[in-house]
Amino acid sequence: MLTFSLIGIIVINNIKKFILIHEADNVLVCCQAAETGESVELDGEYVELTTNIDIGHKIARQSLLRNQKIIRYGVSIGSATSDIAKGSHVHIHNMKSDYIPSHTRQSLVGE
Amino acid sequence: MKGFLRADGRKGIRNSVVVVYLVECAHHVAKTIVNKIDHEDVQLIGFPGCYPNDYSLQMMEKLCTHPNVGGVVIVSLGCEGFNREKLTQTIVNSKRPVETLVIQKCGGTKSTIELGIEKTSIILAEIATTQRTKLNISDLVIGTICGGSDGTSGISANPAVGACFDMLINDDATCIFEETGELIGCEHIMADRAESKELGEALITCVEKAEKYYTKMGYGSFAPGNAEGGLTTQEEKSMGAYAKSGASDINGIILPGERPHKNGLFLMDVVPDGEPVFGFPNISDNAEIVEMIASGALMVLFTTGRGSVVGSAISPVIKICANPETYKKLSEDMDVNAGAIIDGHVTVNEMGKVIYDQIIGVASGNMTKSEALGHKEFILTYKTFDGSESPKALGPSCLR
Repeated sequence: MLTFSLIGIIVINNIKKFILIHEADNVLVCCQAAETGESVELDGEYVELTTNIDIGHKIARQSLLRNQKIIRYGVSIGSATSDIAKGSHVHIHNMKSDYIPSHTRQSLVGE
Repeated sequence: MKGFLRADGRKGIRNSVVVVYLVECAHHVAKTIVNKIDHEDVQLIGFPGCYPNDYSLQMMEKLCTHPNVGGVVIVSLGCEGFNREKLTQTIVNSKRPVETLVIQKCGGTKSTIELGIEKTSIILAEIATTQRTKLNISDLVIGTICGGSDGTSGISANPAVGACFDMLINDDATCIFEETGELIGCEHIMADRAESKELGEALITCVEKAEKYYTKMGYGSFAPGNAEGGLTTQEEKSMGAYAKSGASDINGIILPGERPHKNGLFLMDVVPDGEPVFGFPNISDNAEIVEMIASGALMVLFTTGRGSVVGSAISPVIKICANPETYKKLSEDMDVNAGAIIDGHVTVNEMGKVIYDQIIGVASGNMTKSEALGHKEFILTYKTFDGSESPKALGPSCLR
């Protein structure tokens, strides 16, 4: 079942920072900018952020393997291009589309 | 709510005169007429190309006879390929006042501008007496588009528009969502909502056409700003965009300019048929907005994460900001702060109702932010639908 509602919220120092959209998701979406070194509780385990994460960006809810499907809204939004550690930024550097490459101002990615 | 009653029985929420240039060579003259009159109900639209194109002619016919348009002034250079006689006849048949000025016959720039101001003013006075009649929710045709999407779009503004669409459809309005290229990856989920099996198959075929077309073009419908805002792949962007369509049954597929055959929810197939001939399906957000207006949209809901500022000629654009940080920076351009969902202040359904109420207000005459700021963007370019892959080829006309 597809859902667009927020079912979980991760709070750091009393501030809501990440949201879980669907039970099956293996990524969380940032709802307020988080900084390197901040500690995020993911399924009972504390993980330190290794980069700054901006609003709208994703982090891994669990450890992910190369070629594993990235799940958001309960559906696949692409595949991991490398192993991804729990709590790491998930973006164009470590995942790609299963349909059509994305591009940035500098280059085409995910080919 | 009251609407402007047109001869075909449709009702508009605005009563504008459009000044239309039929080739770039007539753009300056048409623009100067509009600028000198400087009236909010006089708007500039036009087509830049000199070569004829069926799609552009049909789009212009639909736009010039849109319920929000009361009268038309056509500005032609004289030698361009646009079939101005057919366009004029279509407008005459719709019982709207129309004047055609041909620069090469009017004595050049200055005299055409003077004549254009005179004719436009006469039409403006004439349509001021247009009968107004009760406007029902079932008369509303509402389009939606997202532009400058980011990672927040799919959890705030887009599902809120989806909730609003469900309310509108429940009240017997007509809603249009679009960009099959931005539904790549959701085609099977979407097909489950089709009112018939045949339509479900046609929805999948439409999206496959889009995927094939965009792959040939070398780019998906995915801008660098999407990635900066946290979106990583076409299918992630698609899922967010798809949320705008809500949860109602999908009743059909329409082509740009084609009107839904009944009230309900319709997908617009914007991707040309066959091999790419004229380039990207829509070169920017306004090209999509124009297509929904040509299909009868009285108003367009525009969701944005990164922060678009555009409006449109002919139909008002309500801008719904997905990202609370963007809202802080660009609040003067935003009608609705759907970022409040992310802040946890309101639910998606509550925000859907806020948008619904905003629609009623704008239909009743309230100006949107983009209208008040003078945004009247318009773009129409070349396109080809030869019927080989579009809904026409996919099944009986009841699909449309």
